[in-house]
Amino acid sequence: MLESLFSTPKICQFKATSSFVTPHTPLSLNRQGTTGMEVGQMQRRLVEFTKSLFMEGFLDGQFLQLQQLQDESNPDFVVEVVSLFFQDSEKLLNDLTLALEQQNVDFKRVDAHVHQLKGSSSSIGAQRVKNACVVFRNFCEEQNLEGCMRCLQQVKQEFYLVKNKFETLFTLEQQLVAAGGSIPTMEITSF
Amino acid sequence: MTMAGEILRRQSPAEVDVCGGSAQELHVLAVDDSLVDRKVIEKLLKRLSCKVTAVDSGLRALQYLGLDGEKSSVGFDDLKVNLIMTDYSMPGMTGYELLKKIKESSAFRETPVVIMSSERILARINRCLEEGAEEFLAKPVKLSDVERLKNFVMGGGEVCSDRRINKRRLEENNDRDDGHAPSPVSPPCSCDRAACTSSSSDSSSPSIAPSSSKRLKIHHQG
Repeated sequence: MLESLFSTPKICQFKATSSFVTPHTPLSLNRQGTTGMEVGQMQRRLVEFTKSLFMEGFLDGQFLQLQQLQDESNPDFVVEVVSLFFQDSEKLLNDLTLALEQQNVDFKRVDAHVHQLKGSSSSIGAQRVKNACVVFRNFCEEQNLEGCMRCLQQVKQEFYLVKNKFETLFTLEQQLVAAGGSIPTMEITSF
Repeated sequence: MTMAGEILRRQSPAEVDVCGGSAQELHVLAVDDSLVDRKVIEKLLKRLSCKVTAVDSGLRALQYLGLDGEKSSVGFDDLKVNLIMTDYSMPGMTGYELLKKIKESSAFRETPVVIMSSERILARINRCLEEGAEEFLAKPVKLSDVERLKNFVMGGGEVCSDRRINKRRLEENNDRDDGHAPSPVSPPCSCDRAACTSSSSDSSSPSIAPSSSKRLKIHHQG
């Protein structure tokens, strides 16, 4: 029932403008020992993976904002912010679990935690987590304990899903950079 | 033993770049209890070459500004804060309560205060604007929002954008996730105001134009 409340991701088109930094011909080896062709493949894999995250609704435009903010002065900005989010949110999820286990559940307190989680997930573009929080808050307002507990499960699920996705994304980026390639910038050209 | 508040005060004049140092440099005080949001807003502001002081509560903000009623031996003549951006929902003191205290002070009542919130509750927005907030920004905050604010504070023209809270749109759909595409760095303004300058302008004057009248700046469509 909860699943139907989540909107399907909007149709969007992507334009990956990339600076494919491969000064060598495809068959020559660069210093890292990988071929230009391999770097190209890695880039394509990264682009496809990133695209899928948007298509499946895991991420929204706010994530692109964060990527745009990353620069030479702070080349790990995105990883840092996302890591902060995961640390922060694990605590919130624990607090939420405890709060819902109380004899007399303080729904205002529960709501306050969910509001926080909604805010931070929204700030990093973790769309599905954010949407799950919106539903959660409705149940808090109704003081519906069963609904809240289901929502907590849903939020946790989305949280761990997107955490997994981010780990994959960052690993792909790391591998690409280590192989001498550069991370293509992405834009959403239309919704 | 010195208290945290005193330490903040003693450090602040040294930390602060008096605005005359760089014609374009703004000093922004950002207030948000969320660590993630603080990090993001800090980065947004730094990207626009602003000096940022980020604190995690209304109380800390008041302490920083010297408005918490504590006696201080340090004068505040050199503490120049050109813009205050605060989250609305914070434990202890809300952004609204912070706004009121700032507007009640003689030292900072002319400093533009912007409220940020992920919730678009019309009554709340009205209250903040009536209390003298310069603008009510919808979270998550984007680079274009901050750029526009910076231009406004630098005296570069009308604050105008389709990202502004539009009263009629709010009345139609409260709390809907409109999920619009991220705006590029300098979005073309869709309004028809002749005076609107949505791209960054060069302010030749190093002094910061204080927020003028109490007029409500809500951009109406149509």
